[in-house]
Amino acid sequence: MNNMKLNLCLLALALLAPTLLYPVFLAKVLCFALFACAFNLLLGFAGLLSFGHAAFLGTGGYVTGYLMIHSGLTPEVAILLGTIAGGLLGAIFGKLAVKREGIYFAMVTLALAQLIFFFYLQAPFTNGEDGLQGVPRGALFGLIDLSDNMVMYYFVLVIFIAGYWLINRTIHSPFGQVLKAIRENEDRATSLGYDVNHYKWLAFVISAALAALAGSTKTLVFELASLTDVHWHMSGEVILMTLVGGVGTIFGPVLGAGFIVTMQNYLSGGEMGNYIHIIMGAVFVICVLSFRSGIVGQLMKFKRNNF
Amino acid sequence: MATLFDINLFALFGQLLVGLINGSFYALLSLGLAIIFGLLKIINFAQGAMYMLGAFIALLALKYMGINYWFALILVPLTVGLIGILMERFLIRPIANEDHLYSLLLTFGLALIIQGVFTHAFGSSGLSYAVPDALKGGTKLPFMYLPNYRAWIIIVSVLVCAGTWWMIEKTKLGAYLRAGTENPQLMQAFGINVPLIVTLTFGFGVALAGFAGVMAAPIYSVSPDMGSNILITVFAIVVIGGMGSIGGAIITGLGMGVVEGLTKYFYPEASNTVIFLVMVIVLLLKPAGLFGKEA
Repeated sequence: MNNMKLNLCLLALALLAPTLLYPVFLAKVLCFALFACAFNLLLGFAGLLSFGHAAFLGTGGYVTGYLMIHSGLTPEVAILLGTIAGGLLGAIFGKLAVKREGIYFAMVTLALAQLIFFFYLQAPFTNGEDGLQGVPRGALFGLIDLSDNMVMYYFVLVIFIAGYWLINRTIHSPFGQVLKAIRENEDRATSLGYDVNHYKWLAFVISAALAALAGSTKTLVFELASLTDVHWHMSGEVILMTLVGGVGTIFGPVLGAGFIVTMQNYLSGGEMGNYIHIIMGAVFVICVLSFRSGIVGQLMKFKRNNF
Repeated sequence: MATLFDINLFALFGQLLVGLINGSFYALLSLGLAIIFGLLKIINFAQGAMYMLGAFIALLALKYMGINYWFALILVPLTVGLIGILMERFLIRPIANEDHLYSLLLTFGLALIIQGVFTHAFGSSGLSYAVPDALKGGTKLPFMYLPNYRAWIIIVSVLVCAGTWWMIEKTKLGAYLRAGTENPQLMQAFGINVPLIVTLTFGFGVALAGFAGVMAAPIYSVSPDMGSNILITVFAIVVIGGMGSIGGAIITGLGMGVVEGLTKYFYPEASNTVIFLVMVIVLLLKPAGLFGKEA
């Protein structure tokens, strides 16, 4: 019941937030929060470190952006198709990556994502370095105009809640339990008769599709799809968000995304903009050395010790 | 006229040479990664940053201290190796007992910091380093013009790789290293200082990257992102070769350079993706890698 209350408080906060803060900024936080949650499904609950999740974020973004510019589809259809495209790409990536474990898994996903990066760099429909600019937001179901930032924010909030709910359901389903079993002891899961690679692959596809959903939505928010979203830096950022928030916690990636996006926004405005990668690297090092359970993990430890 | 079956041999050999040179750097970098992986079971994500660091230290040493290429070839790997030793001792060792993915993330963070510092200090456009006088000029061969410095890179890289292979496979020090890979606890029980060997191994693996950086400075432009670009390709090469053997890392590195060079000639559009495509094929046919052992 306690959790229910907490969730309702958070929902109220999310509903009221745009009256205080710039809605586009909040929408950005939600997009990255969804991205990080999708990534965490893989790292936190299946123990698989993907270093190529930017490929899915970017694919969702490019597909949705292209469709919005050239096809006249309504935004919800364009987002759905972007998500499906990301899921399909994830199905291919996953088939290849689950053949290797641990560090190799990370290297395979990184290399595949680099392949996708070069594809988008050279493909004729992505405008190379410039990206797809001026992507129209369109009207939801052909009825609700999304060009107003406030409306856009609430649309993003609905998508985020849907994605978050789906991840939550996945984690608490029997499927999620099998994933945890694989994370804890893969050999034992195999000996119990589970087709381990198939489960990993399914988790990969779900994670990729949700990352693409985040990318599709982000493209609508910023009216832009660019190479930044497919660059390996982005794959690193989502790891950092998850790590800061707390790997394997359900709400951690949301906090982590909020923290990193706020930090980036704050830094890029001022003198410190040049130092952004140095600071991100330092946060990485500090987290790994002495803050491995992340914000939520620390809070839970604090609660256990004191209440 | 050097054309045969519509193939311009002059251009083909030119690309093969470029391929061999890229391959030399792939081999040096993946060799360093393989040595570190063997003993520490981690992948050093900062290997690319160390390569970049090597090139920059050579450049700055020449500019501010007048240390020429020949001294740099010895001093820079030592410096970079020392940085690696400090890195291992004070950052990587404290988390050695955690999941190895954490050390991967740690070295990734370090790579971001190093690259960020150099981008901030020197901008992202490249700087140039002059080819040393003794290696200027070139030789005219039947099918191509071979610049001396390029020949030098290939010869020296192959020698360094072969020397490293010999040291690991044939000497007593190498035997310690291989024993440490198999069973560190037992080796410790025999009275060998394993932590020291681990630290030195890391330093040596990283020094190889620094050495590659000095070699690269005169032919590539020296820029902060030179390391990260090449490193991802090297990762793909490591997956292709598998990290089971030192010789495998060297051969795969050189081979993939040649494959890339040939692609540049026959189908240039695919030249920067071909290695990743080879990786996909290898994963489908022999998931453990060409020289890897099935897990």
